[in-house]
Amino acid sequence: MTTTVATSTAHSIVEASPRSKAIASGLVILYAVITILPLLWIVATAFKSQSDAIAYPPKVIFEPTLEGYVNLFTVRTRQTPDFIAKLPPPETWYDKLVRQRDMVIAGPSKVVPRFVNSLIIGFGSTFLAVFLGTLAAYAFSRFRIPLADDLLFFILSTRMMPPVAVAIPIYLMYRQLNLTDTRLGMILLYTAVNVSLAVWLLKGFIDEIPREYEEAALVDGYTRLQALRKVVLPQAVTGIAATAIFCLIFSWNEYAFAVLLTSGEAQTMPPFIPFIIGEGGQDWPAVAAATTLFVVPIVLFTVLLRKHLLRGITFGAVRK
Amino acid sequence: MDKMTTISQPDDATVAGMGEPARSRTARRVRGLSDRTIAWLFVAPTIALLLAINIFPLVWMIRLSFTSLNLSMSYLPLRFVGLDNFTDILGDEDVWLRLQTTAQFVIWSVTFQVIIGFGLALLINRQFRGHSFWTTIILLPMMLSPAVVGNFWTLLLQPQIGPFNYLISLFTGVPPSAFSMTGQVSLAPWTIVLVDTWMWAPYVMLICLAGLRSIPDYIYEAAEVDRASAWRQFWSITLPMTVPFLMLAVLFRAIENFKMFDMVNLLTSGGPGSTTELVSITLKRAAFEKWRTGYSSALAIILFVTVFGAANIYVKALNKVKQR
Repeated sequence: MTTTVATSTAHSIVEASPRSKAIASGLVILYAVITILPLLWIVATAFKSQSDAIAYPPKVIFEPTLEGYVNLFTVRTRQTPDFIAKLPPPETWYDKLVRQRDMVIAGPSKVVPRFVNSLIIGFGSTFLAVFLGTLAAYAFSRFRIPLADDLLFFILSTRMMPPVAVAIPIYLMYRQLNLTDTRLGMILLYTAVNVSLAVWLLKGFIDEIPREYEEAALVDGYTRLQALRKVVLPQAVTGIAATAIFCLIFSWNEYAFAVLLTSGEAQTMPPFIPFIIGEGGQDWPAVAAATTLFVVPIVLFTVLLRKHLLRGITFGAVRK
Repeated sequence: MDKMTTISQPDDATVAGMGEPARSRTARRVRGLSDRTIAWLFVAPTIALLLAINIFPLVWMIRLSFTSLNLSMSYLPLRFVGLDNFTDILGDEDVWLRLQTTAQFVIWSVTFQVIIGFGLALLINRQFRGHSFWTTIILLPMMLSPAVVGNFWTLLLQPQIGPFNYLISLFTGVPPSAFSMTGQVSLAPWTIVLVDTWMWAPYVMLICLAGLRSIPDYIYEAAEVDRASAWRQFWSITLPMTVPFLMLAVLFRAIENFKMFDMVNLLTSGGPGSTTELVSITLKRAAFEKWRTGYSSALAIILFVTVFGAANIYVKALNKVKQR
């Protein structure tokens, strides 16, 4: 008797009642839709013409155009209709699109180099941070290191510093070392910021790999390094991949250091996007197009990382 | 080559002999690097990098904070002014006002994030169909670049052409050009709270969800046997057992928002006037627009100490949660 009661009530808690589930799902979906609207608006704005983007009332239904994307990738000059009429017929669809607005393409914009900078700095700093982080995390996880807790706290605390405050001495130091506005400088800086996250996350992942595997390998005559390479690393691959994605997202999204320490050569996308300017102010369709292209990888990564997200945002403190 | 032969030998003896571990231990010491050496070799590069990129500049900055260095007049000889910069800052009413603005921003944004985040976590914990998909959608904002977020919200919040004002006017009848979320002294502080909450409520939600899922079912079963009401169960089981997780989220958000620069810099750049000028923006202006390096170094150190103190508490809280 008692058992049946217990299980039935337990059921009612673990499995919420259908009605409360329906209410919960309704509210959550409502919130999700509201929260995603701003993003959808940006994706839509990228396909609007200049005038549709700033129309009143705001246009939900509009004729889609690729103008925003064309404007993002090109620099254009306004010409008189007579001049355009005299030109040879347009060779490409985007030439044609631009000429409809009485303009001609003068050359490529800076968006591609900025994108390349984001990629190089992102992947460079991620690789270095994960490499250094894996070594340090392994050592912290497996060996008795004097003052380990203090060292780990020191490593974490470097990430707690306000970026603007860190940027002041870095700016002076980089000026002396000729690292201002260089990709190398930014890679080193982002590596230093990311390595703290990498050590903390990877230590958590490596802690979870039973020591017995390695012990067995050591008994079989592997050296420590061989055991690390052939036993621990293959087991930690998921953790390393998740950590790498977190580092990549940080470098990809970072703005404060980028805006204060770069101006051209090594500028990444975040400080570039707000300054995509058309005739008379921000070129919103082009800004929206850049934002869309910039955000798509992040959306993919979020889906990929779903299971490890919690770990990543709490430095490995909460694992489930 | 030597190692290869050792490995490829079928090592049946390992299982049998008691003396084997001892042999391999001596062998390890002879063949490879000692564990101690490896430990230091592995940790040293990370520590060295952090010393070079974080600690050395920090020490340099401490030195500069006692000088009157101004980079726009760097031809002047470096003059040591003792604690003048610090007394200037702590005696400056404007700095205190900026700190107040920052504190208000932190308190309100974290409060809203906790209410919305915890509420969403409770709802999602009902495990309705498709909750995983919708959770991922809700999580998206927090993964975005704060700078890009700040930038595109300026479009959404444009008084005439932005969809936000248009929607508000649909529901309230107030004309959409009658108010400006980023341009009005009374609204701008709430605007940065709004956008920050949009971005970070999912963060609190995710951590609370972990807290809720850590509560074992048998506790609720016992409560049910004791006929505790749902309300009672929430106050004496759900809430107390989620609090450590909630604390973690609050501390982390508080530290992050205390340092807030990127999103607000692009959304309002501190304006109108200085109604949304958070202390990081003040610091950026002093250091990179007025080039008052000595002064801004001192301000940076004051912020460092504050964040460091908070970080200390944060790590202690982390350890508490970990122990569960």
